[in-house]
Amino acid sequence: MRRIIIQSADFDPGAELALLGNEAAGGIASFIGIVRVGREDGRRVAALTLEHYPGMTERALERIVQEAERRWALSGCTVIHRVGRLLPGAHIVFVGTASAHRAAALEATAFLIDWLKTGAPFWKAEEFEDGESEWVPARTADAAAAAAWER
Amino acid sequence: MNILYFAWLRERIGVAQEQRTPPDDVRTVEELMGWLAQQSPGHARAFENARLVRCAVDQEFVAQDAAIAGAQEIAFFPPVTGG
Repeated sequence: MRRIIIQSADFDPGAELALLGNEAAGGIASFIGIVRVGREDGRRVAALTLEHYPGMTERALERIVQEAERRWALSGCTVIHRVGRLLPGAHIVFVGTASAHRAAALEATAFLIDWLKTGAPFWKAEEFEDGESEWVPARTADAAAAAAWER
Repeated sequence: MNILYFAWLRERIGVAQEQRTPPDDVRTVEELMGWLAQQSPGHARAFENARLVRCAVDQEFVAQDAAIAGAQEIAFFPPVTGG
């Protein structure tokens, strides 16, 4: 099973895990990204807006999932990424994988989220409680995490 | 060719998309950025720091020395920040 979805609506992590469970796997691993309120510099985030490149985003996610399926024996793989304006605490992204063995599911999930952050055309803008907003700069730590999977 | 802008490049230029026909001597992404920068003050601001700009040609990420011959759609954007 391969589920790749880009949507503004929320998703139900329980329902997504149940779908992965139907794949008769030995185990399921998942990651859920959530809009955080506080930043490292203490500014408080009022909302996060996610923009993407329709068409290219789907192609990029498809390719990243194919790469995960090539590296690990997965019986199921789900990537759901939300776009639009999201409030603190809201879900941003769901990555879930099912496999006969836990290592494959855990590693594939880590790989997918690392690659999502650097290899798919999404951009985040933060709105602050004082009304200002700014585009989130790319983090070198994210690029390093993705590069660590190169082989 | 169809040129797309995302995030702060879109905001600085003022449009998400435009049709442009660069002259024949504009052959690479880098040269296209230089030519676009001359089209308006907004374009100049968007491309003032080329180091911060990423590009896709026909929906594939490319480096700035990539050729643009035959491209239908070229997109400019900042480094991606999804996930």
